[in-house]
Amino acid sequence: MSTLLSVRGLETRFYTQEGVVHAVNGISYTLDEGATLGIVGESGCGKSTSVLSMLRLIPSPPGKITGGEVLFEERDLLKMDREELRHVRGNRIAMVFQDPMTSLNPVLTIERQLTEALQVHMEMGHARATKHSIELLEMVGIPQADQRIKDYPHQFSGGMRQRVMIAMALSCNPQILIGDEPTTSLDVTIQAQIIDLVKRLRDEMGMAVIWITHDLGVVARLVEWVNVMYAGYIVEMGPVKDIYGRLRHPYTIALMGSLPRLDQTGHQRLQAIEGLPPDLISLPPGCPFAPRCDYVLDRCLTENPPLESVGGDHVAACWNLEATLGYQRSSR
Amino acid sequence: MAQKEVLVRVENLKKHFPIRRGFLIQRQVGAIKAVDGVSFDIYRGETLGLVGESGCGKTTTGRTLLQLYRPTSGSVHFEGEDLVDMKGEQLRRQRRKMQMIFQDPYASLNPRMTVGRIIREPLEVHDVGSVKERQDRVHELLRLVGMNPYFVNRYPHEFSGGQRQRIGVARALALNPSFIVCDEPISAFDVSIQAQVVNLLEDLQADLGLTYLFIAHDLSMVRHISTRVAVMYLGKIVELTDRDTLYSDPQHPYTEALLSAVPIPDPEVEEERERVILEGEVPSPANPPVGCNFNTRCPKVMQVCHEVDPEFKEIAPGHWCACHLVG
Repeated sequence: MSTLLSVRGLETRFYTQEGVVHAVNGISYTLDEGATLGIVGESGCGKSTSVLSMLRLIPSPPGKITGGEVLFEERDLLKMDREELRHVRGNRIAMVFQDPMTSLNPVLTIERQLTEALQVHMEMGHARATKHSIELLEMVGIPQADQRIKDYPHQFSGGMRQRVMIAMALSCNPQILIGDEPTTSLDVTIQAQIIDLVKRLRDEMGMAVIWITHDLGVVARLVEWVNVMYAGYIVEMGPVKDIYGRLRHPYTIALMGSLPRLDQTGHQRLQAIEGLPPDLISLPPGCPFAPRCDYVLDRCLTENPPLESVGGDHVAACWNLEATLGYQRSSR
Repeated sequence: MAQKEVLVRVENLKKHFPIRRGFLIQRQVGAIKAVDGVSFDIYRGETLGLVGESGCGKTTTGRTLLQLYRPTSGSVHFEGEDLVDMKGEQLRRQRRKMQMIFQDPYASLNPRMTVGRIIREPLEVHDVGSVKERQDRVHELLRLVGMNPYFVNRYPHEFSGGQRQRIGVARALALNPSFIVCDEPISAFDVSIQAQVVNLLEDLQADLGLTYLFIAHDLSMVRHISTRVAVMYLGKIVELTDRDTLYSDPQHPYTEALLSAVPIPDPEVEEERERVILEGEVPSPANPPVGCNFNTRCPKVMQVCHEVDPEFKEIAPGHWCACHLVG
């Protein structure tokens, strides 16, 4: 497997009236061909912003990518000129957003919107683009695709619209499909359908997938690799079974402890994480999780720990990794 | 639960919203059958979880139960008296014993009122206590929900979502109710705040002997907090039983599919799980199918399901189900 995407030291800030928001604070990771990566964290951790930064979709002002590089096929996406970037976006790297109603143009038919990408990126004629679009809709499970293609977005349900978004994203056979919380607003049975669909398409088309979510269950179901983010940093990273099997970062441990599980027996009090996430305008020095951490040491308050290996490809950023070594999730 | 005293008894409750057409003269051309004949008991001291996906009618059930919507038909007995028959002052007095916590902590607090006024309002409306007593009660309530009484003069916008929800809880407790309908009280929050709010609700239940109807779509959280659980689909309850039985031995095909769809944060478990993926989407509540409402998507559908609506009946002690396959 070769490396498809390499993010190094990505940094994004938002310059607002209240101050400078340190949204993404120097994150680095790689994505191999055909791999599935989950970026997980709560709101404000920087998971969406980091990915939008990669594709330079951050509104600027007030946002600004202040550092780092994002190498895709050996070229830095952050330094490409607009024309080159246009050839990448929607074509080699495609994205599906959380709210399909704001990404789909309400006054254009699905046919118009699907064929647009095909005509622009693949230089298909109208007839061929329409035929291909119908095939795409069938591939994502829209019944009576040849009739529904003439419908408008409001005539589809939420789950169906998301399928249309996926069809649009896949239309040019991208190498990377990015989903930014695409199932968060959907019912759980519809979410299951969409996850199943993405898995099937991923296997058939061999594309890499980046899935952004706050749902640790979705991550366990769908991905092979996980980045856990907090306050604009990656705090833990690695293969999904390693991370869930041996949690090492105190934030990840605390997060898992606060989750109720569908398959648990008996009743155990949820371990809520006290306090609130830090203010990204005035991030304290040291580790951003220190004020809420059960394993905090003096050092944590002044120095921010780097990511270090805890076994194989599994890394975590913590000064007190010895303490979390013994952590075992309570048996369910 | 030692005693099984019925606090709330709902019988064949229906709430249909008329669909009207016409310009000068409006005619009713149909109805959205949001709640279409639900029956259940809530025992004193328990938490009854009410789950289902969007459009199933769970929120409407909660509101109709409290008479925020007047039912189309059916009865709601609270401590033995039918709320549906009550009006005006009589109903208002019952309202002191039953309260609601809402989903959206931003929309459910008046932004122009101080926290103190918001929590005091129920006491003023029901003319309870003197001015000093109300003040003391507000302080007590803030402490009960883990907030500093000093906050009485602050406005909602000065607080985080989780804190606003605590204010909502304090307001709901002001009149010392015995029963609280929690309508998706945690859906708006991140996971770590959800745990804080749920722990608070559990502590209050233990300390004050509260009874909850907990409406939610998060099945993992419902499992955690509930004593018994009812599953709704398209306006009807399809299964109702104690928490452990529902999750370990569901009888209704929709319950099975719903449970199977919920992801578990454990990749090893996820790999081993048997999956039931439902095809299609929920039909419109304005036009439910003939026969069983679930017949358009049920993996175990039979001919009779297209003809006869299954009866909601007790298939085992304390286990109710509406399905031709069972019982």
